[in-house]
Amino acid sequence: MSWISGHLYLIPLLPLLAAGIIAVNRQPRRQLASRLAIGAMLGSFLLSAGAFCGTLGRASGGGAVPEVHNFDWFQMGGSWVRLGWLLDPLTAAMLVMVTFVGLLIFIYSVGYMAHDANFTRFFCFLSLFAAAMLGLLIANNLLLLFMCWELVGLASYLLIGFWYHKPSAAAAAKKAFITTRVGDVVFFLGIVWLYSQAGTLLFYDAGQGCLEHSVLDSMAARTTFGGIAVTAGIGLLIFCGAIGKSGQVPLHVWLPDAMEGPTPVSALIHAATMVAAGVFLVARMYPLMAAHGVGAFDAPLAAGFSALTVVAWVGAITAVFAACIAVAQTDIKRILAYSTVSQLGFMMLGLAVGGVAVGMFHLITHAFFKALLFLGAGSVIHGCHEEQDIRHMGGLRRFMPVTFATYAIGMLALSGFPLVFSGFWSKDAILHAAHHWEVSRLPFYLGVVGAFLTAFYMTRQVCQVFYGHYRGGQAAAPGHAGKGKSAHHAHAHAHEPHESPRVMTVPLAILAVFAILLGFIGTPAWPWFQSYLTGTAAEFNFAELRNPEILSTLLLSTALVFFGIGLGWLLYGRQPASDAQAVDPLERWQPDVFALLRNKFYVDELYEMTVIQLNAWFARACDNLDYFGWNGLVVAVSYLTIGLAWLDRVCDEFVVNLGFDGICRGVSQGGKILARLQTGRVQSYLRVLGVALAALVLFLLWGCGAS
Amino acid sequence: MLAWTVYISFLGVLALMLLPAGNARAARGVALVTALLGFLIGLVSAFGFAPERGIQTITRTAWIPGLGIDYYLAADGISVTLVLLTGLAAVAGILFSWNIEHRAKEFFVFYLALIAGVYGVFLSFDLFLLFVFYELAIIPKYFLIAIWGSTNREYGAMKLALYSFIGSAMVLVGLVAAYVTAGSKTMDLLVLAQYPFPPALQNWAFPVVFIGFAILAGLWPFHTWAPTGHVAAPTAASMLLAGVVMKLGAYGALRVAMTLFPLGLATWRNEIALLAVIGIVYGALVALVQKDFKFVIGYSSVSHMGFVILGLVTLNTIGMTGAVLQMFSHGVIAGLLFGVVGRMVYDRTHTRDLPELEAMRLNKALPFAAGTFAVAAFASMGLPGFSGFAAELQVLIGAWSAFPTYTVLAGVGIVVGVAYTLRVLQMAFFGEAPEPVPEAAHPLPPITLPERLGAVLLIATTVLIGLCPRLLLSLIGPSFQSPLFEHVLKGGNL
Repeated sequence: MSWISGHLYLIPLLPLLAAGIIAVNRQPRRQLASRLAIGAMLGSFLLSAGAFCGTLGRASGGGAVPEVHNFDWFQMGGSWVRLGWLLDPLTAAMLVMVTFVGLLIFIYSVGYMAHDANFTRFFCFLSLFAAAMLGLLIANNLLLLFMCWELVGLASYLLIGFWYHKPSAAAAAKKAFITTRVGDVVFFLGIVWLYSQAGTLLFYDAGQGCLEHSVLDSMAARTTFGGIAVTAGIGLLIFCGAIGKSGQVPLHVWLPDAMEGPTPVSALIHAATMVAAGVFLVARMYPLMAAHGVGAFDAPLAAGFSALTVVAWVGAITAVFAACIAVAQTDIKRILAYSTVSQLGFMMLGLAVGGVAVGMFHLITHAFFKALLFLGAGSVIHGCHEEQDIRHMGGLRRFMPVTFATYAIGMLALSGFPLVFSGFWSKDAILHAAHHWEVSRLPFYLGVVGAFLTAFYMTRQVCQVFYGHYRGGQAAAPGHAGKGKSAHHAHAHAHEPHESPRVMTVPLAILAVFAILLGFIGTPAWPWFQSYLTGTAAEFNFAELRNPEILSTLLLSTALVFFGIGLGWLLYGRQPASDAQAVDPLERWQPDVFALLRNKFYVDELYEMTVIQLNAWFARACDNLDYFGWNGLVVAVSYLTIGLAWLDRVCDEFVVNLGFDGICRGVSQGGKILARLQTGRVQSYLRVLGVALAALVLFLLWGCGAS
Repeated sequence: MLAWTVYISFLGVLALMLLPAGNARAARGVALVTALLGFLIGLVSAFGFAPERGIQTITRTAWIPGLGIDYYLAADGISVTLVLLTGLAAVAGILFSWNIEHRAKEFFVFYLALIAGVYGVFLSFDLFLLFVFYELAIIPKYFLIAIWGSTNREYGAMKLALYSFIGSAMVLVGLVAAYVTAGSKTMDLLVLAQYPFPPALQNWAFPVVFIGFAILAGLWPFHTWAPTGHVAAPTAASMLLAGVVMKLGAYGALRVAMTLFPLGLATWRNEIALLAVIGIVYGALVALVQKDFKFVIGYSSVSHMGFVILGLVTLNTIGMTGAVLQMFSHGVIAGLLFGVVGRMVYDRTHTRDLPELEAMRLNKALPFAAGTFAVAAFASMGLPGFSGFAAELQVLIGAWSAFPTYTVLAGVGIVVGVAYTLRVLQMAFFGEAPEPVPEAAHPLPPITLPERLGAVLLIATTVLIGLCPRLLLSLIGPSFQSPLFEHVLKGGNL
C-alpha cells in the first residue's frame, strides 16, 4: 500500500482549493488566479505521475487488484453508504492524461483569454472542472462517480455559457445541461436499480463490491424484462448516462453547440476529458457491462445478451453518423466537434468489441491529438481575429507556420496516417477487434466507412484553412455572416492573420510530440499499454506485425487513409476555393445530400418538432388546467358559496322576512287594534264602560222580556 | 428545553406588543433576538439529543381531564429536525424582511405567533394540542399576506385561509372519529396509534385526515393555494410558507394520519403515490411556462413537495427518511429562492415579470443576488453537494422498491425541473441583451448586510447537509424505529 494510494484524494483537492481561493478573491488579481490554477494542476500532475509509477511496478506482477480506500458517508436504512477512492491502472492512466493535457490547456488559456474581462472567473470554473473530473476518475463508488459526473456537467454548463451575453452561448449551455441531464436521470435510475439489487455501490470492497464476482454472478443469474439478465438491464441504464455525456446518438446534439464556449474549454472539456468520461464509465463498469445471464429457456435471444451489444451498435452508428455531418460543416470548431462525436463512437465500439484496453488506448491517443487540434483551431481563430468560418480562411500556413505544422500532425494522427502517428495504431486496433466480433460484421463496415470519412473531412478542413490564398477580409456569404468581431474586420482592410504568442504555441508543440509518440506504446508489436491495463507483462514481438490477420487490417486502414486523404486533396487541395462564396465541390456534385449533411440530418429540427413541442404543449396544457381547471374549480366553488349566500339573503329578504314581516305586521296590527282598547284615557274607559253597561242592561231587559 | 422554542416565541410576541408603535428598529431587533434564541435552543437540543431513545417527553400535565386531553410536548428526531428548520427559516426570514417599515411591530407579532404555532405543532403529541397549534399557525398567515402582501393579496390570503380551514375541518372530523371510536378516553397520539381501529373506519378516515393535512403540503390537485399564496405573500411570509408551513402539512400527514390509520394507509398508498408523482411532473411543467418569477418558484415548491409525499408513502425507512430530509432541504432551498426573488429582486425592481427582468440583465446590477440565485438554483435541481441530492437520492431509492413506474416518472420530473430552473435563472439574471443596457434612471440599491447574512446562512446549511447528510440523518433515521411507526412500516416491503 503506497503513500500515494492512501492520499489519492489530494489530486482533486488541489484544483478544488484553487477554485475556492480564486472564487473568494476579487476580480483584478488575474496573475494570482492563473498561477494558482496552473500551480494546483501541476501539483495534481506530479501526484498523478507518482500514482502512475506506483501502478507500474505492480503491472508486471500480474492480476490488477485495485487499491481501495473506503469511508462511511451516511447511514441509509440499515446500512452505511460508503464512499471511497481506488487506484488501478485504468485510473492512473486517465489521471496522468487529464492532468497533463489539462496543465497544457491551462497554460494555453493564459494567452487565449488574456484580454477577457472575466479572466479570473474563467480559471475558477476551469479549476472546478478539473477537480470534479479528477474526482470522477478516482471514485470507487458509483454514487461518488455520479456526483462528480454531475459536477463536471455543471462546470461544463458554466463554461459553455461563459460568454452568456451571446444568446447562442446561453442557449447552448442550457441545451447541453438539459440534454446530458436526460441521460443522467436514466443513469441515476440505473444506480438506484443497482443498489436495490446489489446492496452496495462500491466498485471494489474486498469481494463485496458491485463489480466483483460474487455480487455480479448473483445479479447476472436474475432476469428482468424480456428475459435479459438484470446486469444487462442495469448496464443499459448506466450506459444512457454515457450516451448523454459522450454525445452518442441520439443525445449528441448538445456537443457541437457546446463549441460556443471559449476554445480552451472545447479542447479540455468537449474533446479530451469530460466527453471521454462516458467512455471511462463504460470501461470502469466493464465487468457489469460484459456480464450476461445464463439465459432463460423461454428467451434464447436474450441469453448471451449483455449491455455491450448495445454499446457496440450505438458506437458504430455514432461513428459514421457524426463523420457524415462533419463532411459538410463550415465552422472550424464544429467540424472538430462532430469529429469528436465520431471518435467517441469509435471508442465505444472499441470497448464493446475489443475490451477495455482497445477503447482506452484510443481514448488516450485521441485526447492528445484532439486537444492539439482544438488548441490549433483556437490559435487559428485567434490569429484570424475571431473568425471561425473556414471559407473565410485559407493560406494560413504562411502566416502561422507553427500552428500549421502542429495542426497537420494532429490531423494526420486523427486521420490515422500509417506507422508514425498514434491514431493509426489505436484506430486499427478497434477495426481489428470489430472484424472479429461474433455478433455481427456490420459495425466493422460502419467503422471502415467512418475511418475513411475521418481522413476525408480532415483533409478538407486543412486544405481550406491552410492552403490556397487568404480569403478573409471579404464580405461574408449571405446567411453565414461571421460571428462577433469579424463583422468589423470585414470592411477594415487587410487585417493580416498573425501567429499566436509563445504561451499558446509551446503547448501545441508538446501535444504534437505526444500525438506521434503515444502510438508506439500500443502497437501490436509491443502492446505495452494494453498489458499495463490488464496487469500483465508486455513483450516485444515483431512477428505479430506479420500475422496475416493483423496485417490485413493494417493494410486496409492504410488504404482507407490514403483514399480519404487523396480524395480530399483532389477536391479541395488541388484547386483551392477562390473566394468565400465559392460553392463546395461536394455541393455542386450532390446538392441535396450536401444540404442534408450540412443541416445535420435535421436532428435538431426533429427534436424541436417532437420532444420540445410536446413538452411545451404539455406545459401549456398543465398551466391551463391549473388556471382554468383547478383554479377555476376553486373559484367556481367560491362563487357557488357566494351565490348560495346571496340566495340565502334573497330568501331571507323575500321569503323569511316577508313571512316574518307579514306575521309581524298582522300581530302588530292586531296589537294596534287591541291597543285602542287600552289607550289609557279614562274617558274612553268610562265610555266603553257606559256602553257596555247599557248593552248589558238592554240584554237583560230583552232576556226578561222574552221570558 | 425544546419546549422553550414555543415559549420564547410567545414571549417575543408579548415583548413586541409592549413596544411603542412606529419603532421599526426595535421591533425587528426583538424579533431577530427571539428567532435566534429559538434557533439556538433547537441547535443545542439537537446536539444533546439521543434519537435512538425514541420519543422523549418534554412536559406533560393534564389540561382538560374530563376529556382526557393533556398538555403533552415531546420530541423525536423528526421533531428536532423540523424544529431546527423552523428556527433557521425564522432567522433567515427576519433578515430578509429587514426593510419592513410599514406597521413593523404588527408584522413581527404575527410572524412570531406563526413561528410559535409551528414549533408547537412539531412538538405536540396530544392530538388536541397539536390541532390547536396547527390552527394557531394558520391565522397569522392570513394577516401577514392580507396586510403586507402584494399582487392580489386579499384573494391570495383568503384562498390560503379557506384551503387551510377546509383541511383542518377534514382533519378534525377524522380525529374526532378516532377519539370517539377509541372510547373517548385520551387524545394521546402514542396511545391512539396503538388502538386497532376497524378497517372500515380506517379506509375512510385515512384519506380524509391525510388529505386534510396534505392540502397544506401542496398535494396535487389541492395545490392551487400554493402559487397564489406565495405570490401574494410578502418575502418573509412566502419564505415561511414554503419553508415551514408546507412542512406542517407533510408532518401532520406523517405523524398523525399515517400512524393512526396504518390499514387505511396500506389501502390508499398507491393512489397517493400517484398524486405525488403527478404533482412532481405537473408542478415542473407548469413552472416551465410561467411569466411571473415567483410563480415559477411557487410551482417548483409543488413539484419538490411531491418528493416528500412520495417518500412518505414508500413505507420503508429509506424512503421515509429521505422524505423528512427533503422537507428540511426544500425548506432551506425554497426559503433562499423566495428570499432572492422577493427581497433582493422584487423590492428593488418592483417587477417579477420575467421578460422585463430579462431586459435588465440583473447580474450586472445585483451580482450577489445573481450568484445566490445560481447556487440556489443548482441546489434546487438536486446537484450533488447540496442537501437536495441526498434527500432525493433516498426518496428515489425507497420509491424504486415500492413503485418502480412512478420512480421513472419522477425522473421525468427531474429533467423538466432542470429545464425550468435554468430557464428562470437565465431569464431573470443573465438576460440575452446584445446591445448595452440603457443606464437605469435610478440605480438599484445594493444588497444589504442582513440579506447577505441570510443568504450565506441558508447556502451554508444546504451545502453542509449536502456534504455531510449524516448530521441530520442520524437524527431522522432512528426515529422510525419507535413503536409509533411499527404498524406503518409493516405496510411497506423493504
